[in-house]
Amino acid sequence: MTAALSSVPAADFVATKVEYAAVLPMFIVFGMALVGVLVEAFAPRRVRYPIQLVLTLGGLVAAFLVLVLYSRDHQAKTAGGAIVIDGPALFLQGTVLVLGAVGLLAMAERLDSAAPDTFTQSGSAVPGSPQEAAAVRMGATTTEVFPLVLFAISGMMMFPAAGDLLTMFVALEVLSLPLYILTGLARRRRLLSQEASLKYFLLGAFSSAFFLFGSALIYGFAGSVRFGEIAKAVPQVGGMDSIAVPGVLLIAVGLLFKIGAVPFHSWTPDVYQGAPTPVTGFMAACTKIAAFGALLRVLYVAFEGLRWNWQPVVAVVAALTMIVGAVLSVTQTDVKRLLAYSSITHAGFVLVGVLAMDRTGVSSTMFYLVAYGFSTIAAFALIALVRSSGSEATHLSQWAGLGKSSPVLAGAFSFLMLAFAGIPLTSGFTAKFAVFGAAIAHDGTWLAVIGVLASAVTAFVYVRVIVLMYFSEPSGDTAVLTPSVLTSTAVTIGVAATLLLGIVPSPLLDLAHDSSLFLP
Amino acid sequence: MPHLSTAAVLVAESTGTVHDATGTASYAWLLVALPLAGAAILLLGGKTLNKIGPALATGLSWASFGVGVAIITEMLGRGAEERAQHLHLYSWMPAGGFNLDAGLQLDQLSLTFVMLITFVGSLIHVYSLGYMAHDPDKRRFFAYLNLFIAAMLLLVLADSYLLLFVGWEGVGLASYLLIGFWNWNPAYATAANKAFIVNRVGDAGMLLAIFTMFATFGRVDFAGVNAAVGNASQGALTAIGLLLLVGACGKSAQFPLQSWLGDAMAGPTPVSALIHAATMVTAGVYLIVRSSAIFDAAPDARLAVTIVGAITLLFGAIVGCAKDDMKKALAASTMSQIGYMVLAAGLGPVGYAFAIFHLLTHGFFKAGMFLGAGSVMHGMNDQVDMRRFGGLATFMKITWITFGLGWLAIIGFPGLSGFWSKDKIIESAFVGDGWRPWVFGLAALIGAGITAFYMSRLFFMTFHGKRRWTEDVHPHESPATMTVPMMILGFGSAFLGLALGPTGVITDWLEPVVGGGEEHHPVLAVPVITGLTLVLVAGGVALAWLRYLRDAVPVTPPVGSVATRAARRDLFQDDVNEALLARPGLHLTRALVYADNKGVDGAVGGTAAMIGGTSARIKRVQNGYVRSYALTMLLGVVAVLGVVWVVQ
Repeated sequence: MTAALSSVPAADFVATKVEYAAVLPMFIVFGMALVGVLVEAFAPRRVRYPIQLVLTLGGLVAAFLVLVLYSRDHQAKTAGGAIVIDGPALFLQGTVLVLGAVGLLAMAERLDSAAPDTFTQSGSAVPGSPQEAAAVRMGATTTEVFPLVLFAISGMMMFPAAGDLLTMFVALEVLSLPLYILTGLARRRRLLSQEASLKYFLLGAFSSAFFLFGSALIYGFAGSVRFGEIAKAVPQVGGMDSIAVPGVLLIAVGLLFKIGAVPFHSWTPDVYQGAPTPVTGFMAACTKIAAFGALLRVLYVAFEGLRWNWQPVVAVVAALTMIVGAVLSVTQTDVKRLLAYSSITHAGFVLVGVLAMDRTGVSSTMFYLVAYGFSTIAAFALIALVRSSGSEATHLSQWAGLGKSSPVLAGAFSFLMLAFAGIPLTSGFTAKFAVFGAAIAHDGTWLAVIGVLASAVTAFVYVRVIVLMYFSEPSGDTAVLTPSVLTSTAVTIGVAATLLLGIVPSPLLDLAHDSSLFLP
Repeated sequence: MPHLSTAAVLVAESTGTVHDATGTASYAWLLVALPLAGAAILLLGGKTLNKIGPALATGLSWASFGVGVAIITEMLGRGAEERAQHLHLYSWMPAGGFNLDAGLQLDQLSLTFVMLITFVGSLIHVYSLGYMAHDPDKRRFFAYLNLFIAAMLLLVLADSYLLLFVGWEGVGLASYLLIGFWNWNPAYATAANKAFIVNRVGDAGMLLAIFTMFATFGRVDFAGVNAAVGNASQGALTAIGLLLLVGACGKSAQFPLQSWLGDAMAGPTPVSALIHAATMVTAGVYLIVRSSAIFDAAPDARLAVTIVGAITLLFGAIVGCAKDDMKKALAASTMSQIGYMVLAAGLGPVGYAFAIFHLLTHGFFKAGMFLGAGSVMHGMNDQVDMRRFGGLATFMKITWITFGLGWLAIIGFPGLSGFWSKDKIIESAFVGDGWRPWVFGLAALIGAGITAFYMSRLFFMTFHGKRRWTEDVHPHESPATMTVPMMILGFGSAFLGLALGPTGVITDWLEPVVGGGEEHHPVLAVPVITGLTLVLVAGGVALAWLRYLRDAVPVTPPVGSVATRAARRDLFQDDVNEALLARPGLHLTRALVYADNKGVDGAVGGTAAMIGGTSARIKRVQNGYVRSYALTMLLGVVAVLGVVWVVQ
């Protein structure tokens, strides 16, 4: 054993230089997550919620401020090339921080309970068991969600900033594991929630395997996992396409799974339905952003040279995603599943932007992610407020007549539906315009046509919800809870952003354009 | 092409003399803004303005008149070629290669209209103070009147066809709102709809004209279009001219779009006086004269204008002979008189000035007569059936005198306004070669005779002869707010023509804009034409005297000859519209609805059903089992790799 070890030539140890200014926001979030764990261990149960809320929100805001005011001027390839803080990374990290904070506001909503309302008192207890009843009696709280969210966010920040395949894989796991747990923590319909959590975990593990397998093939092809090295190797190494192309595609599969692209989308509706509703909003917005960021980096930086091999495949996936997502959303009867299929369709639209393969592709993709993120977090926050006999009323029939009983909620939700449908004066229109415009400028007209047709199909779905709310008679005992300032703020921010990005999109479009250059 | 050269001269004249507005003219936007503000204040102000609103609206209308007087005074201080000005307001439509500014055209033609509109309009505001005194909704009424003034001023001041169209639609809206002002009466509401719908046809023509202009010239402002006329093809110019004519026909109730004007008398009488006699209905004439460059270069379109005018002047005159409803008889007369103006405008530079001249005098005497009719209705319990009038002269002295002046003016009594303006049109109609002077001249001549007959009939039946009143009426003179405007208009009816016509004031004033001025020789000598006209007029009056003053007028209308019955039914205009347009239109609509239901909806519904069915089928794959989800993913991966493997 020792002989074997000594036969390996001792590598010279070189201390890796880290550009702390560039990665400080990630450190802040990660650090706050660790502090949160300590709070869970040592703070008395009663004060945990306020402490965690302040810590978490404070950490996110601090990280965002540092990112905007400081790190922006310190773009660098750091940690030995493992982390790349460049324009797209900063833009996406900032977006994840903002949307994470907004999503957290909705998650922290307590309504009348001592703990966040949507989360179970005891995640580890068997649903309906005496153990669970005891936890409820004791007034247990699940404030672990706060550090879990921070861990997920730190993973999401690392994902698009990863400089090599291994860092990317670690980030993928860092962001995924907390999400698996969060998914299983719903207070109501516990079994559905736990089932969703397990499905998400199993399928996530399955997709991670594809990602790893692909990484192994690429290492075999290029002799490095660094994106820069891979990009250099592509034109030099000849005759090994039979390894390289499957490698790219398997890595893409791992990422397309996170995005929810067809045919790797099956988990989405089940998980979106089972997870606590604000968590669903958080996942739909932030996970997508991080995953698209990673996909952009892999495809644009590492495998740009192989695009003629993978581009048609991804284009077909994009087309399938739009079509299947749109068609399946037509027959949904559950609001959360409907929005899940909607998120699949939107993933297809964003992929159309990704395929443009130039700066407009990057900027339109990023703009779309911001626009969709705000709308979707607000929409899920609103869904969490509609209740029927204590439980969330997610069946569409329970939403009938909400326009009369709760005009504000119905109005806001209708507006968000219109944004999803891409009606002008909402961010949805600008975003679709941007990605389809980028596609048409780069031989993607057929994809844009499919996209517009899919939009037409989904418009039916969204408008049907509006019609249901305004032109049907109320259906009995559906009640809308009055939210605290937390959810109200989250919804207001989401709706306002949806409106603003529809009316004056140019500042953000310009920012996205300025941030669209990857460091090689 | 002699026509083109004329056009070129005109273009040179009309574009060479436009300066940017300075001095008072730079406040010309107030002309439109003041009454528009009045309309907004009155409509938004709510009930608190019920008391003061009408006076405010009247004041703002006079203020607009004041601005107009100031501008025209300053303009008179400049030489004839320096008078036209242009006021740029703001950049309206900066759209890539197409830039359209909103601006006001302040030349002799538009200011003539400003004077007519604001002066007569303000008088009618005053009159309405008395006429509508007891109407609970008078605030709304005055708001609409102000809206009309603003829109009409925008129409005549606009410097482009598109801005003109804004005013064009504005007056249409005001007209619609005011015809249906008493819309609790379904017949009145229907009349408003009829006016609106018939005007749609004209407006469609107007829009198409603007589209064609844009396609042909790439511009829609007057200066740009006039300058580009020389380069356009004859076909395009004729098309634009004819489409403009369609627009003019709708707004000015010219054949074949004349059917709405009679019904429009459902509105309050001041409205009939202002909108449906003096101003809005003359917008078509303005449009044609303003587009003189296009019509001069498109002789075929101009011939069509002349023909439409000739037909309408006879049509209206014949209908006017048979109407027993006082306002409808006046409406038929309006139609006929505008026919004269259109005829004159169709004659080209020789007639433009006289068209505008007659428009001015007509604005005074017809508005005066309508106000007189309103005064009669005021004293006769809102009755309009002339067979129930008679002998009113002694009870309504002022109304009798002012109406009498209007009557003498319209029939062309020597020395009064109509004599100067209408006879000039008749003379101009006799100018030319070939068949045209004979046809158009004779039509104008005969029209004058018929006009004398039906107007005398109206006058005699109302003010003279035996009293045929219903029992409950007590005729009395109207209050001063009503009689003073009538007196002023009566004075204008008498002397405006004398002041402007034989002195050459109006022709000299308008010449820089519309051209003309050169000597023309009618195919008959001028004294002969004047003599013939007077003989026919005297004949018409005499015939009316015989039938409606010497003979007793029966209270119930006699059956009458075939011609009378046809005229009573407006020469079957509604029947023709019904048969030619409404019924085929109804069938077309039904067919389209059927096609829509079966074809379009079927296709849409079928697609939706197909998507729904597909959705339900694919949904089965989503069965909730992780194993099948994993399998789906695996199949996806295999498919992706398989495709790559096959391709390579």
